[in-house]
Amino acid sequence: MNMLKLSWKYLVAKPLNTGLNILLLALGLAIITVLILIQDQFENKMTKDAEGIDLVVGAKGSPLQLILSSVYHIDYPTGNIDMEEAQSLSRNRLVKNIIPLGMGDNYQGYRIVGTNHDYLELYKAEIENGEVWRKPFDVVLGAVVAEKLNLKVGDSFIGSHGIGSSSHEHDEHPYKITGILAKSSNVLDNLILTSIESVWYSHDEGHDHDKFEADVTTSGFPPADEDREVTSLLLQYRNPMAAVQLPRFINSRTSMQAASPSFEISRLFELLGVGVKLIQGLAFAIIVIAGLGIFIALFNSLKERKYDLAVMRTLGASSFQLFVHIVLEGIILTFLGALIGIAIGHLFLAVLVMQNEQGAISGLSAAVFLREELYIIGYAIAVGFMASLIPAWTAYQTDIAKQLTKS
Amino acid sequence: MLSVKNIKFQYDAQNSFYIPDISLKAGEQLLILGRSGSGKTTILNILGGLLKPNAGEVKLGNTMINELSGAKLDKFRGKHIGIVFQKPHILAPLTVEENLRLANFFVGAKGERNLELLKELGIYEKRKSKVTTLSEGEAQRVSIARALANHPQLILADEPTASLDDENASIVVKLLQEQAQKFNAALIIVTHDQRVKDHISNHIIMGGLS
Repeated sequence: MNMLKLSWKYLVAKPLNTGLNILLLALGLAIITVLILIQDQFENKMTKDAEGIDLVVGAKGSPLQLILSSVYHIDYPTGNIDMEEAQSLSRNRLVKNIIPLGMGDNYQGYRIVGTNHDYLELYKAEIENGEVWRKPFDVVLGAVVAEKLNLKVGDSFIGSHGIGSSSHEHDEHPYKITGILAKSSNVLDNLILTSIESVWYSHDEGHDHDKFEADVTTSGFPPADEDREVTSLLLQYRNPMAAVQLPRFINSRTSMQAASPSFEISRLFELLGVGVKLIQGLAFAIIVIAGLGIFIALFNSLKERKYDLAVMRTLGASSFQLFVHIVLEGIILTFLGALIGIAIGHLFLAVLVMQNEQGAISGLSAAVFLREELYIIGYAIAVGFMASLIPAWTAYQTDIAKQLTKS
Repeated sequence: MLSVKNIKFQYDAQNSFYIPDISLKAGEQLLILGRSGSGKTTILNILGGLLKPNAGEVKLGNTMINELSGAKLDKFRGKHIGIVFQKPHILAPLTVEENLRLANFFVGAKGERNLELLKELGIYEKRKSKVTTLSEGEAQRVSIARALANHPQLILADEPTASLDDENASIVVKLLQEQAQKFNAALIIVTHDQRVKDHISNHIIMGGLS
């Protein structure tokens, strides 16, 4: 027998009461856990995906939409830009490197993105199987795409026009898979990469077999055989001065718009922040109610237990031991609540991820444990301590003789 | 071994109690008889260190109980004084054996004699049961076992037979006497129950008999 066991026995003697209190607290903490997990992974992923991209240039429209479509590939592009104008930008002395992107097609919901090999280098992508694209209509699949669609090197498929999964097919030009990327846990996992030329040719009328056999451009812009467009440009600054001058120059002097990923993302988090705050507030309210519930349960049980406490004193328990006895009950309750809450949080996230195979949530993992979750346990124990303080103090002050002679 | 001298106690100005001096040697037994309100429970509380007297001394062995306080008093009481109440007051969430072990735990005793004690009191078979499954007589025997679990020098019993029938009452008194003798402990029974008088000859009467 020890203090922990004694408190535990008293809790188990009231399974319904104990269970309800644990469950309520667990619910509040589960919400907090999910929020922490999503927030952390989202921010990590978003920062990782935008690394090395100083500026995104695309058609005029919403800058946030431009970033979401060109960096994270989750929104629709703002439109296309003229390639000549884009190329003139690459001659600007403030620009270090520029990667063109051409979008517009998908295969079973996974986006087909036309670009050059610089794009792979930007994310330090590695080929797991096969090799990179060399000819038009050669494609390289992200690891998740290959796994989910069960495609191998050498397979071919026909892309559909548009970015959603229910659009008409380009039946004339099948894509051939030449390589599959190693899993990188960034945006590339969910993309189908090819050359800009592939995107152009798949939308052209008629066939030109010479063109289809020629090697594609691996860096910079492909040579334009006619009036060509690209969707957007990922741009790196040559020096810090560029951050001041370049966006202003592009936005005022060209028909394109420039958007900074870091700026737009912090703006996005600001917008989402309101919702997150609201849910957080709800979670805290639940936790406070759970704390009150524990307080009331302990305080009420104290009335029936005053006699037990007095008997313990006659058996040699000190006042302080009774204090510890009650505090331990509160702490055991909240500690279990925290463990169960964290478990529910992870379970909930796992279900959420399982139900969203594509899109922003699919990249999250429920099997990640953060330092903040330890704080949750600490926080829960603090709630238990505070909730049991007044009942424990009452127990501390129990007058034994008065209690024992009462009945 | 137990000596009580010149005790003065009052709850308030109107109610002051006359408390006789008591002196008991180890192994001796004393019955304090009196009707309700005569202050016999108050005596017991003072002897057990549950109440502090206004004046006078209570000495058990070499320790002045009335001079102890706080955790020291609690530990001394747990170790050296076993108290049996009118109602058994077994801690309901614990089993019979755990009730004894809790008494051991609070004073840091090992409790090697717990099982033997339960056997002697005839409740060994019930050691894993909760108090709710025990009869009144069995529960009272558990409370005696618990009071004896730490091998006390002084056993105090407050109306131990009041809620028992003749047969159980006599069993309980006999058990108390047997165990007190076995431990060489002083035994004081406080009661208004005249049945107990037949068992213990050494008695004092408080405030006249009802």
